[in-house]
Amino acid sequence: MRTLRADLHIHTCLSPCAELEMTPRALVSRACSVGLDLIAICDHNSAENVKAARRCAQERGLAVIGGMEVTTREEIHVLGLFHDQEAVDGAQELVHAALHGENDPVAFGEQLIVDEYDELIGQTSKLLIGATDFSLEETVEHIHRLGGVAVAAHIDRPSFSLISQVGFVPPDLPLDAVELCYDELPPSAAGLPVLRSSDAHRLEEIGRHSTRFLVEAATLAELELAFRGSNGRRILDQ
Amino acid sequence: MNLQQIVNELALQVRSGRSALNREVRRGYASDLMSDVIAHGQEGDLWVTLHGHQNVVAVAAMKELAAVVLVNGREPEPDTLAKAGEQGLPLLVSELPAFELIGRLHRLGLRGIAG
Repeated sequence: MRTLRADLHIHTCLSPCAELEMTPRALVSRACSVGLDLIAICDHNSAENVKAARRCAQERGLAVIGGMEVTTREEIHVLGLFHDQEAVDGAQELVHAALHGENDPVAFGEQLIVDEYDELIGQTSKLLIGATDFSLEETVEHIHRLGGVAVAAHIDRPSFSLISQVGFVPPDLPLDAVELCYDELPPSAAGLPVLRSSDAHRLEEIGRHSTRFLVEAATLAELELAFRGSNGRRILDQ
Repeated sequence: MNLQQIVNELALQVRSGRSALNREVRRGYASDLMSDVIAHGQEGDLWVTLHGHQNVVAVAAMKELAAVVLVNGREPEPDTLAKAGEQGLPLLVSELPAFELIGRLHRLGLRGIAG
């Protein structure tokens, strides 16, 4: 068993609100230099830079989980973390079909798709800042149907969080974990595993908050065991 | 109706975009969901919301809204203020809750989409 340090919420230059410096190569390099063992790429309503990040990270011995930060129709941000590329692609297809409108790069920012050498492949024209048609419950259900892990994002934030939009963590919602980006745990989240993540939109933010896991390997399956405290795996600093 | 007039009548605090207070306000719209304002906001609207997030500025720019009023004394987040300053968007703050503020705007003669 070993201790891993994970930052499970990092944006890339695909997110309109992220800095253009957040290319896969640059963010992987930064993640390594701040001592992270595992990261998850979670762009807004899209996952087109996951593959590039995974390829860069392979060379550096950093593990990457493919994910997405989905905006529900109540404008709650929910992270979906997925076991493989097939599930990531499935999530992207579902979410893009439920997301309407075109991005205005001047108002919201560019949405760049790049390869593992930071070469520009293209732009997404989808309005990634928008909300999907999926309710909170449907979003969690879709993530689970793809075999993924559903996390209520930054519940200690005043906007776009389960707490800001609903006011509490609904006890019957089958979330797998809640995420903090500062350090304030609302009382109603008690009982769910707590992840601490950066929600980095610029390089310097990567790893500013992170979660330590005691696990066998840097895989999502191992993290799921740690969420449940099974087989000796656990989240440290809970 | 002129924005400056609204600011004066309802004692709104101006947090950014002071040089754009001569703008004409055409209608009012109230919502706390960005996607709803993207769908229904119209050019020249005064947007009443409790949202202080920076996306408010982006949505206001995209829809060419006249100004944004935050209710209940909510203050814009620092990033929001910086963006609004860059874009010259008037960001206003009212101490009143949304219901009371909208009632007073209506009394001043400001109308919404439905007239």
